[in-house]
Amino acid sequence: MSLATFKGGIHPPDKKELSKDAAITPASAPDRVVIPLSQHIGAPCNAQVEIGQEVKAGQVVGSTEAFVSAPVHASVSGKVVAIGEFPNAMGRMVPSIVIENDKKDEWVELTETADYLSLSSEDLTQKIRDAGIVGMGGAAFPTVVKLSPPKEKPIDTIILNGAECEPYLTGDYRLMLERPEEIVEGLKILMRALGVKKGMIGIENNKPDAVARMKEAASGESNIEVCALEVKYPQGAEKMLIDALAGRQVPSKGGLPMDVGVVVQNVGTALAIYEAVRYGKPLTERVVTVSGEGIAMPGNLMVKIGTSVGHLLNECGGPKGEAVKMLSGGPMMGFAIYSEDVPVTKGTSGLVVLPEAEVVHDGKFKPCIRCSRCIDVCPMGLMPQMLSILSEAGVYEECKEYDLFDCFECGTCAFVCPAKRPIVQFVRLAKSQTKPG
Amino acid sequence: MALAKKEHELIVSISPHIRSEESVEKIMWTVTLSLVPAFVAGLYFFGPAALMTTAICIVSALASEWLVEKMTNRELTLKDGSAFLTGLLLGMNLPPTAPIYIPIVGSFVAVAITKQLFGGLGFNIFNPALIGRAFVLVTWPKAMTTWVAPTAAFTAMDAETTATPLGLLKEEGLGKLLEVFGDKANLYWELFLGHSAGSLGETSVFALLLGAAYLLYKRYITWQIPGSYLATVAVLAWVFGGSDPETGAFIWFAGDPLIHLLSGGLMLGVFFMATDYVTVPSVRRGQLVFGVGCGLITMLIRLKGGFPEGVMFAILLMNCFSPLIDRSFKSRTFGLAQKKEEKKEHKH
Repeated sequence: MSLATFKGGIHPPDKKELSKDAAITPASAPDRVVIPLSQHIGAPCNAQVEIGQEVKAGQVVGSTEAFVSAPVHASVSGKVVAIGEFPNAMGRMVPSIVIENDKKDEWVELTETADYLSLSSEDLTQKIRDAGIVGMGGAAFPTVVKLSPPKEKPIDTIILNGAECEPYLTGDYRLMLERPEEIVEGLKILMRALGVKKGMIGIENNKPDAVARMKEAASGESNIEVCALEVKYPQGAEKMLIDALAGRQVPSKGGLPMDVGVVVQNVGTALAIYEAVRYGKPLTERVVTVSGEGIAMPGNLMVKIGTSVGHLLNECGGPKGEAVKMLSGGPMMGFAIYSEDVPVTKGTSGLVVLPEAEVVHDGKFKPCIRCSRCIDVCPMGLMPQMLSILSEAGVYEECKEYDLFDCFECGTCAFVCPAKRPIVQFVRLAKSQTKPG
Repeated sequence: MALAKKEHELIVSISPHIRSEESVEKIMWTVTLSLVPAFVAGLYFFGPAALMTTAICIVSALASEWLVEKMTNRELTLKDGSAFLTGLLLGMNLPPTAPIYIPIVGSFVAVAITKQLFGGLGFNIFNPALIGRAFVLVTWPKAMTTWVAPTAAFTAMDAETTATPLGLLKEEGLGKLLEVFGDKANLYWELFLGHSAGSLGETSVFALLLGAAYLLYKRYITWQIPGSYLATVAVLAWVFGGSDPETGAFIWFAGDPLIHLLSGGLMLGVFFMATDYVTVPSVRRGQLVFGVGCGLITMLIRLKGGFPEGVMFAILLMNCFSPLIDRSFKSRTFGLAQKKEEKKEHKH
C-alpha cells in the first residue's frame, strides 16, 4: 500500500540521525531571558510590567485585547531589568521584556483541572487563550484563532501535524516518543473545543517508532486515526498534510484550512494545550532541536522562552570547527541568524549550526534555463521559474498571473534549481511590491 | 562568546539553506556525454572527416562564445559546457565531408547570433545548433546535401557520394530504396545500426537510443516531447505515407512508420534538440502539444515539402510557439482543482 502524500515535493537528506536518539533534556536555567512582546503572527502585546518589578514564572508580562494575538508570560522568576527593542531571530528589532533570573523558579499559582474533558468549549478556548498558545511548528499563529471559526465554516476534522519534514529537526519526534499520551489528550481537548468527531495524526514514515508509539497511545480512541505519511518535503506544510490525509485541497488565492472543514495543529502545540488545560500551565518553554554538523553535541532541549541562542550553543558543547551559519528553524524554511544574542521564542523549533562545508556559499546564480524541475516539484502546482524571471525583470504585477500569493515559500524550487537561482527571494520581492487580489 | 566566528562573520542568507547538487554545468556535460555513442558511431562509419568536421564546429563554437563575451564585457561562460554542446550538436548535424567554412560559419551563427545576441544561455528563442544548420543549409545547399556512403571503416578509397535513405524515398520511391538495401528487414537493420548516408551523428539509431536512455534514466529529459513527437510521426507516416509501388498513386493507411522513425535526423532531433530546455515549453502538458506540433511539421515536409527531411524546420518552427504554449498551458495551481475533487467524492 502506498502511503498518503501530495503531488510534487523533494527528498533532501534528512540528517535526523544527528539528534534523533537524544532524549529531551531540560536546558540549564539562563541568567536572563529576553521575552519579545510579539512572538506570533498578529498584534503585538503591551507590556504589563515595569522595570524593577519582581515577577514569578508563569506571570503575564504582556497582553492585548486584540483577537489575533497571544499573551506572553515570564518563563523564569526574577526581576524585570529592561523593557525595550531587542533583535529577534528574523533580524528585526522588537519590543521585549528582559528578566534577570533569580533561579528560584517561583511560579504563580496554577489552576489544575482534573476532569478537563467535561469543560465547555468556551472554557477550553479561554484556557488556551490565557496560556498564550501559538502554533509551535514554526509559524506561531495564535491557536485560539483557529479554534474560533465562523459559523458558516463548520469544522469536521482536526489533524495533528507530526510530519516534521524539515531536515535536522527532531523535537516533535522526541515528543511523540516520550509523551504520546499527553499529545493524544491534547488532541481530544481540541476535538472537544471544536465539537469535532474526527481526529487524525500524520507522521512521516521515516519515524516508524513514533508512528507505533502514537498508535499505541491512541489505541483506545476509536475516532482518532494515526497515519504514516510518505517521506517527502514539504509533507508537513498545512495544505499538503490536509491533501494527503483528508483528500481535500485548501482553495487557491487565500483559502484557509477551515474552508475545507479542517484545523491543523502541530503535535508540540497539542502537548502545550494539554498542559494549559490540565495544569493551567502557560506556554513558557518548548522543545528546541540543537543540531547540525557544526555543533559538538546535538540534542533536543526543553528551553525556557527567552533563552539566548548563545546559551543553547554552550549547553550543546559549543561549536565544532568553523561554524559559519546558524539557522533558527530547519534549513528549508528557517532563518539565518546574525547574532547569538537573539532569544528562543514560541515558534523556535530548532537551532541548526552549519560548518563551512555544509554552506552553499556564493550568492552567484545563472539565468533560468527553463529546465522545468521547479515546476515538477512545486507542491502548490505553481511555475516558480516564471515567478523568478518576472520578479527579476521587475514586472511584479505579472507575477500575479502565476498565482504569486499562493506560494508559501517552502524553498522546494530553489533546492532543485540547477542555476542556483534564489527563487524564494524573488518571490518575496514580488510579494512586497504588489498586493494580493 | 560561544562561537568561533564573530558576529559579523556569520553568513546570513535567504532560505533554503541547502541545495541539490544539480547544476547547469552538470546538465550540459551529461548531455554531451550521452551524445558520445552516436558520435563514435559517426566516426566509425564516416572516418576522420567526421572527426575533423565536429572538431572544427566545437572549436569555433567556443571561440564565438569567447569572442562575444569579451566584446560585450560579460562573464566568460566557456566552462558551463553550453557552447561545447552546441558545437558538438551542430557537427553531428552536418554532412561528414562538409567543406571547412561550413562548420565555422555554422557555429558562429549558432553561438554568436542565435544564443549570445539574444542574451546568452537561457534567453535564446531558437535552438542554436539548428539555426546554425539552417543558415548553412540555405547558404550552401549543394555542399550541405552532398552525402558520402558510410564506408570509411571498410574501404581505404575515397568515399563515394550517394543519397540519404529519405532522399531516395522522396525522389525515387520505396522500390528504389529497397533495391539499394536488399529487403525491408535489411533496410531496418542498417538504419538501426547507422550504416546509411546522412549527417555524421544522426544515422545510428542504436547509439542515439543508448544516449537517450541514459538521459531518461537520469531524468534529464522526460518522455513527453519524445513520446508525442515519435507517436505523431509514426501515425502520420502510416496514414499518409503509402503509395502504390507500380504507379506511385497515393494509398491511405499504407505507409511504413518504421522507415520514417529510423531514418533521417529524427532520433537525434527528438531526443537531443526537441528536448533543449531553453527553447521548448516548460509545462509538461504543453510539451505534449510541442511534440505533436513537431511531428506534424516533420511529416508535412517529408511527405509534401521540397526537402526530404523536416526535423530541423519542425523544431525551429515550434520553438516560436514555446512561449505561447507555456502561457496557454500554465500548470494547475493547488486548490484550483477543487470542483473536480468534489465530483469524484460524489461518485463514491
